[in-house]
Amino acid sequence: MVFYLLKRLLATIPVMLVVAVFIFLLLRLTPGDPAAMIAGDYASDAQIAEIREKLGLDEPMLVQFGIWLGNIFQGDLGESFFFKKQVSELIVARIEPTLSLSLVTIILTVSIAVPMGVISAYKQGSWLDRLTMGFSVLGFSIPVFVIGFGLIYVFSLKLAWFPVQGYDRISEGLWGWLRHLILPALALSVIFVAFIARMTRTSVLEVLGEDYIRTARAKGQTETKVLVRHALRNAAVPIVTVIGFAFAILIGGVVVTESVFNIPGLGLLTVDAVLNRDFPTIQAVVLLFSLVYVLINLVIDLSYTVLDPRIRY
Amino acid sequence: MTDVKSLSPGRQTLRRLVLNPSVLIGGTLVAMILALAILAPVLGTRDPNELSTSNRLKPPGYEGTMRVYTDEGRMKVPVWYPLGADTLGRDVYSRIVYGARISLVVGVSVAGISIALGVLFGLIAGYFRYLDGVIMRVMDGLMAIPAILLAIAVVSVFNAGVMSVIIAIVVPEVPRVVRLVRSIVLSIREEPYVEAAITAGTRVPTLLIRHILPNTLAPLIVQGTFIVASAIIVEAILSFLGLGIPADEIPTWGNIMGASREVFQLHPHLILYPGVVLAVTVLAVNMLGDGLRDTLDPRFARRV
Repeated sequence: MVFYLLKRLLATIPVMLVVAVFIFLLLRLTPGDPAAMIAGDYASDAQIAEIREKLGLDEPMLVQFGIWLGNIFQGDLGESFFFKKQVSELIVARIEPTLSLSLVTIILTVSIAVPMGVISAYKQGSWLDRLTMGFSVLGFSIPVFVIGFGLIYVFSLKLAWFPVQGYDRISEGLWGWLRHLILPALALSVIFVAFIARMTRTSVLEVLGEDYIRTARAKGQTETKVLVRHALRNAAVPIVTVIGFAFAILIGGVVVTESVFNIPGLGLLTVDAVLNRDFPTIQAVVLLFSLVYVLINLVIDLSYTVLDPRIRY
Repeated sequence: MTDVKSLSPGRQTLRRLVLNPSVLIGGTLVAMILALAILAPVLGTRDPNELSTSNRLKPPGYEGTMRVYTDEGRMKVPVWYPLGADTLGRDVYSRIVYGARISLVVGVSVAGISIALGVLFGLIAGYFRYLDGVIMRVMDGLMAIPAILLAIAVVSVFNAGVMSVIIAIVVPEVPRVVRLVRSIVLSIREEPYVEAAITAGTRVPTLLIRHILPNTLAPLIVQGTFIVASAIIVEAILSFLGLGIPADEIPTWGNIMGASREVFQLHPHLILYPGVVLAVTVLAVNMLGDGLRDTLDPRFARRV
């Protein structure tokens, strides 16, 4: 187990290295002076020269990469000339809204999608099952920002139940925080629910045909217990795997949703950074999100042993 | 009625395709959108980029006049805005109809380029074992960056435009195609007929193209359809965020919505109309993909 853990941890290093190389090359291979691009449109010659010096732009490419990576490991993500701040400070200030949105979305998704999938597998072919399958095709097809505006239109403009846009910090009160997050989380969870409900249905259906389900029923277990304790537990591994993959969609969705609902998180920061060609910030955010994605999938890989004791590494 | 079994395998597949409801509905809708894109100039549209300051934000169905400048001087001509006018007085109906062109061009180009690159690298990785490691590590790395974020990163270094948007969406799609092609090559290369071909002295390019590539056709058609759908969504997202195709150059469904964000509370239709068209288009392409998967590619038809 420890050996596997170590092996799995080590395997993430080459992946992250490729990510780093890609992000590094993105700026170096484009025409134009990277120092001038990083400094932005209003930089003085002295500023550009300073960046040139710091990044070692006169050195060979490999040395430049080493300097860049070394800085990152020391927590120096560079300076945003557009926001006039250290990129690391910017990121810290923007983490709370993004984390909140992701968390509420995941809770919402799992509490809707898993029961939906289990019930439609149990009642295969019923109207509920058809509804679930129809919803899953639909959920894949409606872009998150269309759903977002649709929800704002109905629940904020027509019914006035929720605020149109914005974000309240959690320290300013739980209710205000949640009220601002419900619509964006709902919009973001649609594609997720579609994805996970479908996967849950498929894997529960596969399990329901097994002998131990028949045995459980034969010994008089209630149907709820059969479904939850016997079927769902055995179907958990593929469901959790899909939740891991879905994090990529979640991260992409966060960028769009924050923009629609004007939530000042990392997603909005990314969009602002690109609009203002703020390269140090773009690089840092992409690197951070990729790292999070890779780590989440690592944790999910490791969780298999807990979910299914038959899996031993 | 002829016996189905007496038909050739190709005709049997064709028959199954036509009888599949998803293919039928999705295909019909896609054909309609294609017609919309091709016939855009004759569908009662006007120049989608024509501005009219006096007709800004007019409601759907508004009939009025518009000042135009001709050789004979300034004159007023009647105009009709079936779906209203946007913040700059442009005709939303014309913009939506012309927007179909960009969505389809981007969708199809991305699918074509991603599949071409994916097949190339997938064949190489699957057949030449010593290159497999390198290629797959690079693909793993690219797949570790969430797709939309990767597209945003790529688009940030280019100037905004159709070409850069296509490149930006191709980059995250390629690794998925490479994986698919590679996995097929890995299973096919062990088949006796491939070994027979090698023994017979078939040269590697012929072997790859004639004996291995045809096996990837059905899965690639299915995958390609899904790439079209996701490319249409990502283009819309990029253009909506203002990172894709600029609204003053070429109307796209995404940038029509993006241009109207500020006035959404008072004029929600400016976002809801293109949004619905976009959703229906993606739904149609996805349905077509689902249907194609069920009929063409039994391995992937795992819908229980």
